[in-house]
Amino acid sequence: MQRTWAIIERELRRFRRSPMLIVMSMIFPVVQLVVLGYAFGGNVKHLKLGVVNQDSGVPSVRVRELAGAVTAGARTFDTIEYGDEGVALQDLRDGRINGVLTIPPDFSRRVLAHNQPKIALIEDNTDSFVSASLAGTVAGLVGAFNMPDATTVRVTGEAKLDVVEVYPYVPYVQYLLPGSIVMSIFMMVMIGGGIIFIDDKARGLHEGYLVTPIKKFELIAGFNISGTIKAVLSGSVLMIIGSLIAGIPDPFSALRLLRLFVVIVITAFALISMMFLIMVRVTDPLLPRAIFGVLNTLLYFPSGAVYPQQGFPPWMQAIAVVDPFTYSVHAFKCLLLKNTGFGAISGDLLYLLVFSAVAMSAATLLFRRTL
Amino acid sequence: MIAIDVRNIVKQFGKFVAVNGISFTVEAGEIFGLLGPNGAGKSTLIRMLTTLLPPTSGTALVNGFDVLKQSDDVRRAIGVIPQAMTSDLELSVEENLVIYAKLYSVPREKRIRLMKELLAAVELTEWKDKQVKNLSGGMRRRVEIARGLMHEPRIFFLDEPTTGLDPVSRVAVWEMLKRIKAQRDLTILITTHYMDEADKLCDRIAIVDHGELKALDSPLKLKASIPGKNVLEASFGSPPADWERTLVALPGVEGVTGKDNVYRINSTNGPATTLALMEAAERAGAQVQSLGVQSTSLDDVFVHYTGRALRDALQEPSAQDSPFMIRRG
Repeated sequence: MQRTWAIIERELRRFRRSPMLIVMSMIFPVVQLVVLGYAFGGNVKHLKLGVVNQDSGVPSVRVRELAGAVTAGARTFDTIEYGDEGVALQDLRDGRINGVLTIPPDFSRRVLAHNQPKIALIEDNTDSFVSASLAGTVAGLVGAFNMPDATTVRVTGEAKLDVVEVYPYVPYVQYLLPGSIVMSIFMMVMIGGGIIFIDDKARGLHEGYLVTPIKKFELIAGFNISGTIKAVLSGSVLMIIGSLIAGIPDPFSALRLLRLFVVIVITAFALISMMFLIMVRVTDPLLPRAIFGVLNTLLYFPSGAVYPQQGFPPWMQAIAVVDPFTYSVHAFKCLLLKNTGFGAISGDLLYLLVFSAVAMSAATLLFRRTL
Repeated sequence: MIAIDVRNIVKQFGKFVAVNGISFTVEAGEIFGLLGPNGAGKSTLIRMLTTLLPPTSGTALVNGFDVLKQSDDVRRAIGVIPQAMTSDLELSVEENLVIYAKLYSVPREKRIRLMKELLAAVELTEWKDKQVKNLSGGMRRRVEIARGLMHEPRIFFLDEPTTGLDPVSRVAVWEMLKRIKAQRDLTILITTHYMDEADKLCDRIAIVDHGELKALDSPLKLKASIPGKNVLEASFGSPPADWERTLVALPGVEGVTGKDNVYRINSTNGPATTLALMEAAERAGAQVQSLGVQSTSLDDVFVHYTGRALRDALQEPSAQDSPFMIRRG
């Protein structure tokens, strides 16, 4: 028994003298509790609803008033007026808006004539949380329209809502795939980049580089590009295997594969640049391991990979704005679930490139050429 | 021609002075040894000379270039073998050499020629395709020696290159270094705490302790600089009370230290002192239990200049001490 106590004493004494291990092991669950707690199940708000009103009659004005009431009250969506339905649909396909509410030219006439008036909601169904929320709210709006008005004498037109989904049904496994690809890139960045980098540094291997005439930028660029290649390999494998598992339609379309590859490369470069910026002054091999889980939680869940960002509290939305995962996940969703072109993801790519340039420049500035 | 010129160099970490105003020069073509106990400041000194640490004050010129102001020129002129084994374990011997040559922009044809020459010099030609992780410690050190020479440096720094190697591997490393130096226009600066290594390898030795230069000369002159040419170590059974005074009075004796009837006698004339010692012991009835005579070694020189005190001191925890590091090889 004394020998068992000796083992227990040894382990507990070592644990007590590793404050970082204690702190990180306690911070991680707290971060997970807060982030995951707020990441799921929040009410989706501020969706973008395009309104194409082709009618000028009083009933159509009433529909718009009711939409305005939602914007001001429950704030489930904000409306954006479109004069041209084609432009609105293109914005919908490019992911700039979440749905298009079309009031046809004969809507008011049909309301007054009791002739089956209809309005149409064309929605982006790649995010089932968003589309369900939008459809439910607009259905409620139409229901309110059909209710007898207490202050005006008006005959209700029994309007009906036609909901049109732009894309084929998107199961949740497909919805998760973009986030999983980004996660596979991040894992390789951390394990194949960050952890090996710090271990080599701690082992003295970097002294071998520092005594050569290599410039700081050359060294950082070398680490970043090699890390990018490793992460691209990981992301590409997950993209192909994941597409097959999730049943992405036409997974081997050459043009889409090419676009996906570009996004994987830019994502990998952005994440490895971020990782080197975090690790540039670190020497303790424990640190990258300790922050791995925290960083993963803080980047993955606010990105919209598992739940729409419109359901997050403001502080989590603020994280999402700077989080490179957000832009990668959005770009992968556009390409995998909507089969869009570069036009729909140009903003994402631009952000990731600027992010990479800033992170790499800062890492170069902070890198010490001496021990 | 002077290869390394160090003037009053100081390195301070907070309040701790690791190197305190050391000055010396190393002639081109010399093998120069920095000898000192652990924590003496040897590695800090070599790190300043190889541009890894900026000096707090003082100057150091390496191949004529200032380590602080012309660090890139210094880096081009030097090859460095750090204390830690730094070859990439997953790469082959050949890949390790090629990648380092590329860091110095060595042209392809020259790379191929140098690799062939150096692999032959360190006797690793037949192992060139093997991953370094499959090699023994001595072989890894030889890989690093070859790697450090792939850009034909003028000055070669080796920080405790044989620490942790078995005696056969150590001797092999010494012989290779001597052979390589004979074939090339090379100056070598080596730090070590092995006296035999410094004795057999170095043209001149600087003894460093507590960050200060205690002595600098050739091994022969250093040995001559301390009292006694021979050291006699003798133990006696029940010697008289004034026995130490008797020993000091023997011919050729320059100094005596003793404890528990075991005496260490420094002598300028070993044979004469030995003879007189035997006679004196017989006269005094002190039975000679053991007697050994040896020439003055660098160990004696080292102890003379640095003392016998243990260098116990607290140190900052090293990242290498972390239990979380991935152990490779």
